[in-house]
Amino acid sequence: MTSSTKVEEYITDSLLRQDRMPHIWCPGCGIGPAVGCFIRAIESSGLDQDKIALISGIGCTGRVAGYVKLDSFHTTHGRALPFAMGLGLGNPELNVVVFSGDGDLIAIGGNHLIHTARRNVDMTVICLNNFNYGMTGGQMGPTTPLNARSNTSPYGNIEYPFNVPYLVAASGATYVARWTMLHARQLEWSIAEALTKPGFSFIEVLGPCPTLYGRMNKMARGMDSLNYYKENSVVRNGADPKDVDLTSDGPIVVGKFVDIERPTFWEQCQLVIDRAQAKKD
Amino acid sequence: MSENGALCGTYFLNGDEPCAEGAMSAGCRFFAGYPITPATEVAERMSERLPHVGGIYVQMEDEIASMNAILGASWAGMKSMTSTSGPGFSLMMENLGLGVMLETPCVVVNIQRAGPSTGLPTLTAQGDMMQARWGSHGSYEIIALVPSSPQEIFDLTIEAFNLSERYRVPVLVMSDEAVGHMSEKVVIPEIAPENLVTRPRPNDGREGYLPFKANDDLIPPMAIAGEGYRFHVTGLTHDERGYPVMTAEAQDKLVRRLVDKIRVHRNDIIKYEEIGVEDAEVIVCAYGISARIARLAVQQAREESVRVGLLRLITVWPFAEDRIRELAQQVKAFVVPEINYGQIVLEVERCAAGKARTLLVEHMGGSVHNPQTILDAIKKVAK
Amino acid sequence: MSTREIRISGFGGQGVVLSGQIVGQAASIYDNGFSTLTQSYGPEARGGSCTAEIVISSEPIGYPYVQNPDVLIILSQEAYNKYKNSLSPDALMIIDPDLVNSDADQTPAPLAIPATRMARELGRAVVANIITLGFLAAVSDIVSLEALKNSVLTSVPKGTEEFNTRAFETGYNYGLEHGKRNGVTGG
Repeated sequence: MTSSTKVEEYITDSLLRQDRMPHIWCPGCGIGPAVGCFIRAIESSGLDQDKIALISGIGCTGRVAGYVKLDSFHTTHGRALPFAMGLGLGNPELNVVVFSGDGDLIAIGGNHLIHTARRNVDMTVICLNNFNYGMTGGQMGPTTPLNARSNTSPYGNIEYPFNVPYLVAASGATYVARWTMLHARQLEWSIAEALTKPGFSFIEVLGPCPTLYGRMNKMARGMDSLNYYKENSVVRNGADPKDVDLTSDGPIVVGKFVDIERPTFWEQCQLVIDRAQAKKD
Repeated sequence: MSENGALCGTYFLNGDEPCAEGAMSAGCRFFAGYPITPATEVAERMSERLPHVGGIYVQMEDEIASMNAILGASWAGMKSMTSTSGPGFSLMMENLGLGVMLETPCVVVNIQRAGPSTGLPTLTAQGDMMQARWGSHGSYEIIALVPSSPQEIFDLTIEAFNLSERYRVPVLVMSDEAVGHMSEKVVIPEIAPENLVTRPRPNDGREGYLPFKANDDLIPPMAIAGEGYRFHVTGLTHDERGYPVMTAEAQDKLVRRLVDKIRVHRNDIIKYEEIGVEDAEVIVCAYGISARIARLAVQQAREESVRVGLLRLITVWPFAEDRIRELAQQVKAFVVPEINYGQIVLEVERCAAGKARTLLVEHMGGSVHNPQTILDAIKKVAK
Repeated sequence: MSTREIRISGFGGQGVVLSGQIVGQAASIYDNGFSTLTQSYGPEARGGSCTAEIVISSEPIGYPYVQNPDVLIILSQEAYNKYKNSLSPDALMIIDPDLVNSDADQTPAPLAIPATRMARELGRAVVANIITLGFLAAVSDIVSLEALKNSVLTSVPKGTEEFNTRAFETGYNYGLEHGKRNGVTGG
């Protein structure tokens, strides 16, 4: 909402809760553009929007559920995934999407992440990774790069971050991709693909946090991060997830890494019902 | 077997088993849980029986996930339940609060064991009664029922679902190891549909639907996901639209209603059983397994001509405040045996308000009271 | 109201709790009365001490615990030592003499059935508890023979009914032959 140009209507308008604007995100933040990609992906997928449910946890990205005009649930910190699983198993007609941040999904929600992926629960997870906790003021987390500064790693981060695509792929996700905010087209296309693919789909989106992470790490303007993405990203569809970790001197490998088939958790649940009822009869 | 696949008949069951059966009779079709002694048999029974009625059992990665999964399922329109014991109950607290805030019908069963911490996993206690009331942060009201037999676990689990649907609040079944692991005859009747409550649903059009606009009874009709309402709900303080509003005024309006929707209906919610209170000078106020022990002590005291009665709490939260205040005018003293170091006794003392004496008969857990200690307490205050 | 109480005590793995379940179910479902089964055991799945207690009544049961058992089935020395001194004079004690050395001066002397040995002779050690229940049916009227038999049949794994019936009858016949105690029928 920082543009000074008056535009009558964006394609995203019909799926935004206009009565909740302006949103809380900072100028240059990556979350808004990612939401734009998500909305355009919904439009292009042709899915029944009444059957899409959106669940977020807590944090800056956790606010996404509040701005998108779908049945939307703003849950507690880290718990979007089990909430979403219950919702989806309760009504298999629902197309369940979790849109949340790296701290929410990978730190406090990390246990749920690996287990929801392991079960191959039918949902699409969009994880906006801005390398720090934004809502609470820029603290380090499990995705903060080694030696990066944050408000709780003032001497440089001493912890090695997760390679997120590798983690979720190893846990059992059947669709894994990573894009940066610069790859808006690919991201939109990837979300649309994930939305229509059964099973656990996970998309990591690297997005700038200029106000906090960026300011503390020599990328104080949103454009600085985008330039960084532009100079360092390489598209490697089909790359082995173990080779896509983010390092300070290596490339940002983006692309679709995993796209496989495995029975979904819902299908497995039906198997249990069939077995139980066959035994009874 | 009833028409919907729920069990009917007479069985010899431990307390955990009819809890599961009661849930299925009430229409529960989603259970998410994590194994924990002494509540494991509830989950085991669910895993075996739910698929027969077309329901889904999920063994979660922890109790935090269990609590969230049943909230999610409820928003898909399912009746949902989880069961646990102390350590898991502690893990559920934050998201029990989410259930309160989102006004989500669901049932949480706690087969209590002795704590703190890991405590005595296989042995009984009633140490989570105040946690049931105040365990999640913030001001709220909750409903908690306490069964004292396997039959009553069955009956009260159905009641718990009915109350949770009626008032849109998580309802707690606060049993304990002694009742959960005790086997008795359980009669499972066919439950007529008219005896099952389903949540109030919106009947206005989808345009302009306000997910937290309450009816006169303070309960808002509940849409479920996938019906085209495009509603938003949040654990943040919110207005009738479900939108976050970060002001003291919005907080006052919301929290006041969340609390009042239970308080104003308390007389419809609260249940208790009274034995021999008419002429009593002393009332033993007890619940769960302790009420059965107390009953023997009351009988023995009556045989010794002590005018004593038993008030057995079935609903512990909201508390039977009005009745205790009334009885305090009539009696000399309340004796409160409970398997903790003083929890419900504090409520009794508060309501007695100095009009009658209050005596705790404490027990730290691991077994039940010796009836003699309760008898001694009765005789002590009857003098 | 007539209330009677049974305590079965041994160690984990002997089928103590299942025995309690069978007796409790017999009394409440097949004899159409009321019963409460409670049990205590340690964290061990096998080998720890284990006790099942059943209160049986013609009316709904308030106080659910055994206070003064009419019948004790004692299957370990530890249990024997624990309970031998707190018996009421007319209590009936049943022991497995291969597992329990009873005091020579105990009066009245306990009834003995070498159920573990008999079960092995039948071919499966796990039916020792069912043999003991057959014996109980012969020496006590605390639950009816028919009820106990029915309860055994509905409590054992499907496909083992015939074998368990044989075990039950073996114990029952042994009881008829060896179970008399100075004309007292016990329980």
